[in-house]
Amino acid sequence: MTTFAQAVLSGTAQGAIYALLALGFVIIYKATHVISFAQPALMVIGGLFSYHFSAVMGWPFWPSLFVAILLGAGLGMLIERLALRQMVGKSVFTMAVITIGVDVVLRVLANRYIGADSRVMRYPGGGERYEFLGLAISHRQLTILAVTLITVVSLALFFRYAKAGLAMRATALSQETALAQGVRVGAIFALAWAIAGGLAAIAGTFIATGSGGSEQDTWIIALKALPAIIIGGLDSLQGAVIGGLAVGIVEQLTAVYQSTYLPFLGTNFSLVAPYALMLVVLLIRPYGLFGTREVERV
Amino acid sequence: MTAAPQITNKVHTGSKRPRPPRGRPKLRTSYAQDMALLNTPAKRWSTLLLVVIGFCAPLLFTDDLLQVLTLGLFAAIGAIGLNLVSGYAGQVSLGHAFFMGLGAYTAAVLGGDSEGRLVGFGLPIYIWLPAAGLVAAAAGLLIGPLAVRLRGLYLAIVTLGVVFLGLHLFREANHLTGGPGVGRRAPDLEIFGINFSASGGIPGLDWTRDQQLLVVAIVFLIIFGVAARNIARSGVGRAFSSIRDRDVAAAVIGVDLTGHKVLAFGLSSFYAGAGGALYYTVVRIIEPTGFDLLLSVQFLAMVLIGGVATISGAIMGAIFITALGRIAIEIAHVVPFVSTSVAGGGLLNIFQLEGILYGLLIIGFLIAEPRGLYGIWIRIRNYWKGWPFSY
Repeated sequence: MTTFAQAVLSGTAQGAIYALLALGFVIIYKATHVISFAQPALMVIGGLFSYHFSAVMGWPFWPSLFVAILLGAGLGMLIERLALRQMVGKSVFTMAVITIGVDVVLRVLANRYIGADSRVMRYPGGGERYEFLGLAISHRQLTILAVTLITVVSLALFFRYAKAGLAMRATALSQETALAQGVRVGAIFALAWAIAGGLAAIAGTFIATGSGGSEQDTWIIALKALPAIIIGGLDSLQGAVIGGLAVGIVEQLTAVYQSTYLPFLGTNFSLVAPYALMLVVLLIRPYGLFGTREVERV
Repeated sequence: MTAAPQITNKVHTGSKRPRPPRGRPKLRTSYAQDMALLNTPAKRWSTLLLVVIGFCAPLLFTDDLLQVLTLGLFAAIGAIGLNLVSGYAGQVSLGHAFFMGLGAYTAAVLGGDSEGRLVGFGLPIYIWLPAAGLVAAAAGLLIGPLAVRLRGLYLAIVTLGVVFLGLHLFREANHLTGGPGVGRRAPDLEIFGINFSASGGIPGLDWTRDQQLLVVAIVFLIIFGVAARNIARSGVGRAFSSIRDRDVAAAVIGVDLTGHKVLAFGLSSFYAGAGGALYYTVVRIIEPTGFDLLLSVQFLAMVLIGGVATISGAIMGAIFITALGRIAIEIAHVVPFVSTSVAGGGLLNIFQLEGILYGLLIIGFLIAEPRGLYGIWIRIRNYWKGWPFSY
């Protein structure tokens, strides 16, 4: 039982990172109806910004993170402005593939910075661990959970009460109607990309503080947010959070139990377990757990 | 066969197919003429010229260039497959790498020899090539029903998941695939008792491996290309296009959505499997981690840069993308800040330059010329067609 609870707890901490990334995907999707495949690059580069400020320039952790969030948001806006704004109204597939192109270019640049070794960012809390009812949780995991909680709550408040949040919800509902009501839809697109870029930078920073640091292959972690948003439903914010946590927990549970109970699935099956989970969920619910069913008109 | 050609046969007695009147090569007197594969004299002559140049190429170019071209032609078979499902039928698939991998390993298991713990049956190409296509097609038929339930970007993400699950499969089945980092040898291309994979295989000609493989590549590409063109211009192809343009409307006019989506995935995967098997006979070593998302994106780039829903575009795109590594090397010779060594030095090395070129080409083509290389060709053609007028 303790093993199980411990796996769930560690999975939740890892899932919180996926949830942040998934939120970025969903916010961009809701605003522009595009899935941004550039999120992996934004995550890695956001992490590298933090790394550069803290490890190379010697800043403390939190200011580095703050500036990295701002730069990540700026990068997101830049991508939207340069590569996607002129494609508004084109097919969503075309725009999604453009983001793949952006991702490829940015990742080459990021990998050039990373080089051969991994870039591990020093975390101020060190390796400190707390015991609680027989469960262990590290300082870093606690911070991730706290930061994710604060981010998600403030985003929820922003969408509910802020004027810009209301404008974003209006745009998600219908771009033309929002435009007719005086919402600057272009600015909303930029804002969505900025929020997603900032969220990716937070996720990237916490991944860079992990044991593996930022490596050439770190970007693959961001793709695990894709099963998360599919499980939750592409256009659901709470779905993204729940999906992200579910992916983290399932991944951790598979890592703990699969070698004992399902050994024929092979070693390291936990790395692809989110994708298997996604297939199962989609077979039962084609629009995810919380997604809205598309109404088709001819 | 429809009744239409038979009726026109009666009018034009003497010839099996109705021909345009003498001196008026572009006048159509029947639907069959309009739908013909090579419906203008210019197309007939240029195709003939291309094929002749292709078969002369082994004597014209050096071996390293020939190898790039051969890889491009085999990749074109896979690209045509992706174009069938994503270009014609409009079902976005990021799973192409998985199907190529399935084909390549089916060929290696059936056609290769068993060495150590690796399983191999040593069967001839008449068995391993169709089997490579069929095994991949069977997997495609399994994915197909998902495409029926899912739409657009949901499908793209699910096929992306299939690539990751496939990578895991290839890594774990190491008595079939050789395992990550090691891989296994691809079978030799041996047709009619001639081993094209060994230098001097064609009796009487002292040709190198690369020269021989190019000839085989051209022959296979013509077979697969003509078959795909025929699928595209038949009823099935038109049903694919109608599903892409508006699936609900297609269903209303009586197109079987489920059947055609599944068929599109099956056909596309068959091409991917056969293309993958042939491609790796040139590469020689099949390494499991090679069938990753990057490979899928490369094939997507071939289709998009070449030209969506065109066979000739897919071929142009495949050759272009395959040659991109070589182009990056050539650029490195000209531009001073690109280094040719992996270790670094300079602003970028050739692999980084290649990666950036991919990305920029995808973005640039989608924004500036969505019809791809095929579109550029159409513009050039129309310019000369209307010359000296601009319309």
